Amino acid sequence: MKLRLRISGIVKAHNGNRVLDGCSFSFDRPGVYVLMGPNGSGKSTLLRICALLEKPDDGDVIYISGRSMLKDDITLRRRMTLVLPQVGIFNSTVFDNVAYGLRIRGLERQEIEQKTLAMLGFAGLTEKRTQRALSLSSGEKQRLGIARALAIAPEMLFLDEPTASIDEANTRLIEEMILEKKKNGMTMIIATHDRLQAERLADQILLIRDKKLVAESG
Amino acid sequence: MNNIIGSLGQAFSLILHLDHELFSIILLSLRVSGSALVCASAVGLPLAAVMAFGRFPLRGFFVNLLNTFMGLPPVVVGLLVYLMLSRSGPLGFLALLYTPSAMIIAQTILALPIVASLSHSAIVSVDPIIRQVSGTLGATPFQISMTVIREARYGIMSGIMAAFGRVMAEVGAILIVGGNIAGYTRVMTTTIALETDKGNFELALALGIILLAISMAINAALNIFRKKGVTET
Repeated sequence: MKLRLRISGIVKAHNGNRVLDGCSFSFDRPGVYVLMGPNGSGKSTLLRICALLEKPDDGDVIYISGRSMLKDDITLRRRMTLVLPQVGIFNSTVFDNVAYGLRIRGLERQEIEQKTLAMLGFAGLTEKRTQRALSLSSGEKQRLGIARALAIAPEMLFLDEPTASIDEANTRLIEEMILEKKKNGMTMIIATHDRLQAERLADQILLIRDKKLVAESG
Repeated sequence: MNNIIGSLGQAFSLILHLDHELFSIILLSLRVSGSALVCASAVGLPLAAVMAFGRFPLRGFFVNLLNTFMGLPPVVVGLLVYLMLSRSGPLGFLALLYTPSAMIIAQTILALPIVASLSHSAIVSVDPIIRQVSGTLGATPFQISMTVIREARYGIMSGIMAAFGRVMAEVGAILIVGGNIAGYTRVMTTTIALETDKGNFELALALGIILLAISMAINAALNIFRKKGVTET
């Protein structure tokens, strides 16, 4: 059953300063949702709340599969993932980074190797698989972060500023990865401040305006 | 001066001719300090993890206590272990005094705070983003903790090597509880002290050279671990 997300009346304040005030939306269909807004508008906060990394001060985050509302447990958390803007690379090889999510799920060694190599190929990192991941360029690290997230085949993927401060070539590669996964019917929610990128990728653009979530028509 | 040069020459000769007495002393030193390190790590690493991940009252106090114990004076440790193991002490029935086991106990007590404290520092220094990333990829709380420990592995190994350096060079505690019995509890540092007293500099210098070489090897290992542990991007 497809995983769907509904948020309603999300309120969140940081240090007494309210950044989100009644955000509601239903992510019912697969595709790419791009979340836009100026710096400090609460895009990252909303993504973290959706990915269950932060609790809202008020409002509900509801995951639905078929007709069932899912409870917040490890089973649900393993059906989605969030790629943070800082990526957070493990001090090991590129291969081990991508294999991480598969290993903690207890997959067979052969399956881990097969899926990891496939994902490294998808992200254009096959030749770097034995390299220390921390020695990659910032663009490659970003691709690695996305490959590591995609390796676990999440049903819902949250990307927080996936191409901020990386070069054009890596940005293009990451966009190709996103569009490829979009074809496969994955639900992706991406925060960016790049309007052109939003238009290239999005099925639906969402704006945070006056602390509320507004769907852009068209 | 000639005396020093002569002694140095004889010291190198002892090393190069693989002198039996010399190497049995080195082996005992390595066995005692190595065993102490294994024991200290077996207790110290879980202790460091509990201190790093656990949330309990007086945690800060216990961390401070560990840091303080890093500077435990070896002779005081030797005295306490002696009192515990002496015939009239609470553990006297074990008859461990003046045995390599007593030396291992004393060195374990010296190494434990170093292993635990430096490992704790290494674990809490891991970038918090690692914990978050691990969670976003579906790790359970236990798996997250293991991932953080794995990220701290080079810092932990540095701590273990630092503890090894300390116990290898230590003389006070093992002299008190080991008794410096030839062929049984005589290790490098106690032999150096004894042979120097006797004016028998060749063996003392040979052991000193080996001790320095071990110290250099430990420092080289520490440098490698420090370089590998650098995670900033």
